[in-house]
Order: sequence, then structure tokens, then C-alpha cells
Amino acid sequence: MAVAEEKNSPGTSEKSTSESSTSEKSWHGIVLQSLKRNDIRLVPYVPDRVLTTLIRNLHADPFFTTFPAAREEEAVGIVSGAWMAGMRGAVLMQTSGFATLANVLASLAVPYQIPLIMFVSERGTLGEFNYGQSLVCRTMRPVLDSLAMEHHTATRLDEFEFIVDRSIKQAIATQAPVALILSPLLTGGKVFDK
Amino acid sequence: MNSANDTPARNTKVMNRFDLTSRLIAKLKNEEAVIGGIGNTNFDLWAAGHRPQNFYMLGSMGLAFPIALGVALAQPNRRVFALEGDGSLLMQLGSLSTIATLAPKNLTMIVMDNGIYQITGAQPTPGAAVADIVAIAVACGLANSAWAADEEDFERLIEQCMSAAGPALIGVRIDDKPGVGTTRRDPVQIRERFMHGMGVREPL
Repeated sequence: MAVAEEKNSPGTSEKSTSESSTSEKSWHGIVLQSLKRNDIRLVPYVPDRVLTTLIRNLHADPFFTTFPAAREEEAVGIVSGAWMAGMRGAVLMQTSGFATLANVLASLAVPYQIPLIMFVSERGTLGEFNYGQSLVCRTMRPVLDSLAMEHHTATRLDEFEFIVDRSIKQAIATQAPVALILSPLLTGGKVFDK
Repeated sequence: MNSANDTPARNTKVMNRFDLTSRLIAKLKNEEAVIGGIGNTNFDLWAAGHRPQNFYMLGSMGLAFPIALGVALAQPNRRVFALEGDGSLLMQLGSLSTIATLAPKNLTMIVMDNGIYQITGAQPTPGAAVADIVAIAVACGLANSAWAADEEDFERLIEQCMSAAGPALIGVRIDDKPGVGTTRRDPVQIRERFMHGMGVREPL
């Protein structure tokens, strides 16, 4: 495990970002602190521009085992296995990555009753510049609803900690997956000139 | 035997999935975890004798290795085996690089390679005639990857991986026989029993 920990956090050698970037005042600081508070240590991800600071800060914190996976469903498999063996995890992804998950949600997370915790950075709305992103975004909530999965769209910083902390606790207590969708209203999203 | 399977890439002995799975299980003395991929792979794991440390997949093709990686990360002192078909692995080749990067020394991956989707009618996989799974694994960074030449070599590789310094992958060429048993398809019980087997919770 020591070997794995050394190898799986390329970001740990980077200098930690300023304290303010991990404070509870930012949305990503709230995510990091809520994960920690709920003992969620394993955080595989497929990156997204909006998630950059969160991913960097997770790498910088030795509490977390965080690393990129090649596909979102791979990350779901990893945290599912870890949870069954006693280690809590969460997966970070973008909307288009969520769109690849219908099979694994319907055949692993939901029927096996695994408290899969997903943070989905929302592309495709509120200023999207790529038509494909806006179309794939429209598939996300119908998929979640078709499996009767718990999901929340976070738009406000003042509600965010409540949503994240309570949703994590509910997922674990009820052994049911949850998707926390990070709206551009919360994160600022990604705009055309970036 | 599928002719697509007789390529230089796979010129080792053609063995049998149930026989190899039984040989693996017979060697497990320390409550090792075993993750069985979908279809015949976990049917033969079931048939080899149910153990609470076995996890049987009923879908999510290709995720045996990622699930096993999660178990291996969560319990670094427990050895974890994952059984996967070649067709399943072709769906999730990226996971090999992830595993090579994390390099859990307690993870052994076994690829049951018959070059066909046996359970759907024995159609050849897209890689059947050309791809070498072990060479792919090596190129992904899994240096400790090898084809098992025969049953004795398979058992030798299993024993070798028990004390390996990094993850191991064993490729085995198998025949086109279906699985011997059929896993009881009760996902909640499978998951709950596995968690008991992993020692993370007690039975109700």
C-alpha cells in the first residue's frame, strides 16, 4: 500500500495551494472537507476543467488516495470494490462521463446496493458553447430518474455543505447511490474563451 | 477450438477454465479475495466451490479488474485475485494502465482467453486473431505478466505472485467450453456475503 500511495498521487509533490483554496468558503473546499469528515479516502476521477482545483487539492492532501481512471465506469468499479472491502470512495467526473455509466449503475451500483457517491461537473447548460455537450447533458437526469436514483443539483454555496454532507450520509446509511450535480451557478462552469 | 485462437500470440497449451479455477481455489489458504468477471468466468468460480471471499459479477462487463483493484487498495494485506475473460478485458483495457500506475502488490489478474464470446454464441472477439493480451499488459506497464504454458506453469505462476513485489497478470489460453455451474443471481446476497468474507461487517 505504501508503494501504491507513493505512486498514485503525482500531485503530492506539488506545493500545496494556499489555505484559502481549501477553506470551507469555496465549493471545492466544501467538497474536500465533507469527504474528509465522512472518511471518504478513495477518490478516482476523470478530469474536468471545473474540477481542476479540487483535484489538485485532493492530490496535495495525504488523507486521500486520488488518481485518474481511464473511464468513469472503471472508477465506479474501483470505488465499489473498495467499499465492499471497507474503504469509502467517491468519483469525480463531467456530464459526458456520466453519460457512459447507465450500464454500470443498472448492473452494479443499484442492484448490489452500493453507496456510490458521484460528483458530476455539469457541462451543457447555462452558457454551453459545444452543441454535443448540451445534448449529452439532457440525457443525465432522465437516466438518474429512470433508475430512481437520488440526485441533487447544487446551485448555491450557502446550501452546498448541507447537500453534500447529508447526501453522503444518506447514501451510506441507505446503501444507495447518489449523484451530486455541480451546476455552473455554483462553480462558474466553463466558458467559451477558456 | 476456434481457429482464430491458434496464433503465434497464443501458442501455449489450451486449458480449461473450470480446471484452472479449481486449481487456483485449491491454493487459497488465507481468505484471499476472488473477483469473478461476468458469465462463464464467475459461473466456474461458483462451481469451484462457493467461498464468502468470492464476488460474482452479474453485469458491468469488463469491471472485474477495477473492482479487484478497489478491494486491493482497501485491504493491502489481503491478496486479491481477479478472473476476467479476454472479451471483457478488451472492453476495459485502460484499467491495465491504472493498475500499473497504482501498482498494488497484492493484486493478481488472470485472463481466461478463448478468443470468443462463448456465452453469446462463440463469436470471435475483435482481437482473437491478432491481439496478444499479455503483450498489451506489459505495454501498459504491468511488467510481471506472462502466459501460462500449461497447468503446472499456471500453478507455479500463482505461487510466484503470492510474494510478488507488484501486480501480476497471468494469461491462460482456454477451450471453448461453457461454465460448469450457474451463479445464483442474487446481487444483494452476493455483495453482503462478500463483505462478511472481507471482514468488514457481521451477519445480521
